[in-house]
Amino acid sequence: MTEKYILRSKAIAARILGDETIIMSATDSTLFNLSEVGTLIWQAADGQTPLSEIVTSKICEEFDVAPETAYEDALAFVEKLSQYGILRVLDHPLKETAEASAAKS
Amino acid sequence: MSLMAELNQKALRLGAPLSVHLDLTYRCNERCEHCYLNHDDLGEMTTAEIHRVLDELAEAGVFFLTLSGGEPLVRDDCFEIIERARALLFNVKLKTNAILIKEAEARRLRKLRVEQVQISVYSHRPEVHDGITKVRGSLQRTLAGVRALKSQGLKVTIANVLMRSNARDGAGVQALASEIGAHYTLDPTITPMMDGHTGVLRHRVSADELRQVFRNSDLVEDVESFCAPPPAVDDDVREGLPCSAGHTACYISPYGEVYPCVQFPLPCGNVREQKFSEIWRGSPQLAEVRSIRGKDLTTCSSCAHLGTCTRCPGLAYMEGNMRGPSSADCEKSFVRTGIETAGMLAGHMARIRGLVQIESSMRVAN
Repeated sequence: MTEKYILRSKAIAARILGDETIIMSATDSTLFNLSEVGTLIWQAADGQTPLSEIVTSKICEEFDVAPETAYEDALAFVEKLSQYGILRVLDHPLKETAEASAAKS
Repeated sequence: MSLMAELNQKALRLGAPLSVHLDLTYRCNERCEHCYLNHDDLGEMTTAEIHRVLDELAEAGVFFLTLSGGEPLVRDDCFEIIERARALLFNVKLKTNAILIKEAEARRLRKLRVEQVQISVYSHRPEVHDGITKVRGSLQRTLAGVRALKSQGLKVTIANVLMRSNARDGAGVQALASEIGAHYTLDPTITPMMDGHTGVLRHRVSADELRQVFRNSDLVEDVESFCAPPPAVDDDVREGLPCSAGHTACYISPYGEVYPCVQFPLPCGNVREQKFSEIWRGSPQLAEVRSIRGKDLTTCSSCAHLGTCTRCPGLAYMEGNMRGPSSADCEKSFVRTGIETAGMLAGHMARIRGLVQIESSMRVAN
């Protein structure tokens, strides 16, 4: 399995509402409502934490789901979001830059 | 139900302020004859104060942020404020006359991913538009700004406030918007000044002019349905909320005052003295606004139009009672359908000679 890293876009509009997240895509103004699980993944998208680790630490610990299944679902989810410019899916971790520091915060 | 409707329902359930309209200044480089603002600077919030307010709004859950004025771009720090707002991931809409927008400003707004820019255009004829704004050459400069924004691919809405002096120019402005590739909206609402003075209401279009607008299929999508008699009022309507003001939306003035809406000058607190979330959660005035249901409205609760009227509680408040009728909306409902409203039958409109003076909570910052 090739590891993936995900990074939140700053071009979007986003706000957490309750345990979900409203997001408007900057590319075509499509409105999204991320579920609780989607919100956990999106919040953890700092460009440096491997997706597999996000799935293990944020999803599998919170919800009763097998890691393989959760990873497959998470990968499909982040790839869909990347099509709308909501986050980027990277093959390598983001270098420790100002961008990465900002994404962590 | 659309996702937007679902979000509104959720925000309502959570008591979250989904939308905030923040006026950065009341100063303006135009002097529109129908404007409801005093353009003097009575002590605007500083850049630092606005940044702090933006932080508080983000923390409170605000998603849609409208930045307006006056003319917001007369503030030297306007772009700095927009940058801060976008860094906090607000969905930003900017309301401006675009006079100060050239290619560089348009490019900057695009780079900042401002979602939408709304620009007032009163007429396609310079003599009419400039006559309303009292600035010679303003139409030409505004349209140059609109074109600069469109050339950057920004979403632009041309807002056409309809009044006596431009009552026949709706179609011309609509055609202009279409040619430029901008959205077009028409609004026949003229509001009293924030301090309660009503002189500007003389600019409201006549009932006959309003009737022509409501029956124009180029402006109203489905005239037959729009002008149909109202359906019977049911319990959902009687238990319904008048509008989003104070429920999922509010307004903040350049002086930090919080109101339920830009058209509802009921002072609810000041972000210079309290955190926004404390005002949003704890204001007795907002609690009162939130407590009102259709069945609680004086006169309007028995009106056949209760479920379809655009009754503005802010305009009703400016007429003396936030639970009462708004005469402008009574007139719209009547003109639209030909059926008299309860407010009209009660003689409410005839009684309105001058709207009450609203106590201003504006204060000059020390």
